[in-house]
Amino acid sequence: MAHAHRNHPTYWAFFIHRVSGVALALFLPLHLYVLGLALAESTAFADFISWSNTPGLKTLETGLVVFLTAHLTGGLRLLALEFLDWRSGQKSLVALSGGISLCLGLVFLLNAY
Amino acid sequence: METDQLSVSIWRGGDGGAYQTYQVPRLESQTVLDVVTYIQREIDPSLSYRFACRVGVCGSCAMTVNGKARWTCRTHVSRVAENGALTLNPLRNLPVVKDLVVDMAVFFDKWEKAMGAFVGDKTRDQALAAVSPSDPKRKEASAGIECIGCGICYATCDVVDWNKDYLGPAAMNRSWTLINDERDVARIPRLQAIAGDNGCLGCHSQQGCVERCPKSLNPTGAIAGLKRHTMKAALKGELT
Amino acid sequence: MTTASLRTETYLWLAQRISAIVLAVCVVVHLTTMIVAVQGGLSAQEIIARIGGNKLWLVYYLVFVAAVAIHAPLGLKTVLREMTALPIKRIELLVGLFAIGVAALGFRAAFGLYGLGGS
Repeated sequence: MAHAHRNHPTYWAFFIHRVSGVALALFLPLHLYVLGLALAESTAFADFISWSNTPGLKTLETGLVVFLTAHLTGGLRLLALEFLDWRSGQKSLVALSGGISLCLGLVFLLNAY
Repeated sequence: METDQLSVSIWRGGDGGAYQTYQVPRLESQTVLDVVTYIQREIDPSLSYRFACRVGVCGSCAMTVNGKARWTCRTHVSRVAENGALTLNPLRNLPVVKDLVVDMAVFFDKWEKAMGAFVGDKTRDQALAAVSPSDPKRKEASAGIECIGCGICYATCDVVDWNKDYLGPAAMNRSWTLINDERDVARIPRLQAIAGDNGCLGCHSQQGCVERCPKSLNPTGAIAGLKRHTMKAALKGELT
Repeated sequence: MTTASLRTETYLWLAQRISAIVLAVCVVVHLTTMIVAVQGGLSAQEIIARIGGNKLWLVYYLVFVAAVAIHAPLGLKTVLREMTALPIKRIELLVGLFAIGVAALGFRAAFGLYGLGGS
């Protein structure tokens, strides 16, 4: 109840944007480092890629895809809010951006297997 | 009516205070302000709270009711009581004077900081400005002009909580009405006053202010407008 | 609370928005290739065959890395400022190093993969 004021769709959208943003920022150096492995030791790179194809890792990757799409769709919503004229139905936009990111996550998951 | 008694926990004391619980008879069409008034008159005269008009005009009875900032005079107990209980706190983000009374000085100081006062260049001898009500800028100004400064948006805003220097929704909503007032002549100094991370750029569009404003105003939209104006001013070299 | 001028703060805010627009395009491409490329699992050869020696992919990844090296540190700066008690100077140093790190790793990977394939 101490945080009851936060329980509304646009606050949750903010929360997801922040959590996904931090998670993606922390994942980024790891991601780029692994790609860089391809340079000197291509066996290490190939090993990593095949390790990343295990089911557990694929699930984690799906999580990252959902974070990425959530940050993308939520970010587009914010850009529209800040740069275009105000439009009503902000909560519908939150639902739309959430729905799109979950769908894309599902498409990735279905394709990954 | 579900129960004939209401259990009311009220924050007593200042920042280091504690809750005290009172049993209040439940009445039909009872408002939260009625409940607080009953406690002060019938049970504990040392309870401090603030109110004036009792009808949603003055904004002075704003408190935190079950975790959300509300005008207590316009909040029916039947809408907010959970299992026959209410928890009342002073407004968030403001220093507590005692019990349910907060010091609003910081809140209004920030209106001043955001240049919330009109600056004109006409004298009483000149003709009145003719402003068309259908002018788009006038419509923007009119949309935000009904703020009565109750502080509910300020108490709800997380950015205010995280950054003590952040001007907050109400002050910037006021600036936005003046930016759109064609009689006002302080556009650049006002943009300067509300620019930057402590001003409009600090807003994360959480829209708690929009969600909670009892007058259904849109401070997030106002702040988004200010962001566009300060951006253009910065690109033109009008900001320092 | 901040050390930058209002003009600098506004430019940094704008840089985050402009990089966001660039990233929006890059991420759509990235997601599409990911979903198409991951059909039944990734392989190193697949990635190198696609990117290696291809100038268009190289330019795309260089733009992508540059945009993310601007966008991510600015976002982290806001989060650290609001949610930690670290002094602003320390935060600016941390996110500055983060930006340099991301750019270095990203450009190295992009040029590296480009150099591995093609003729």
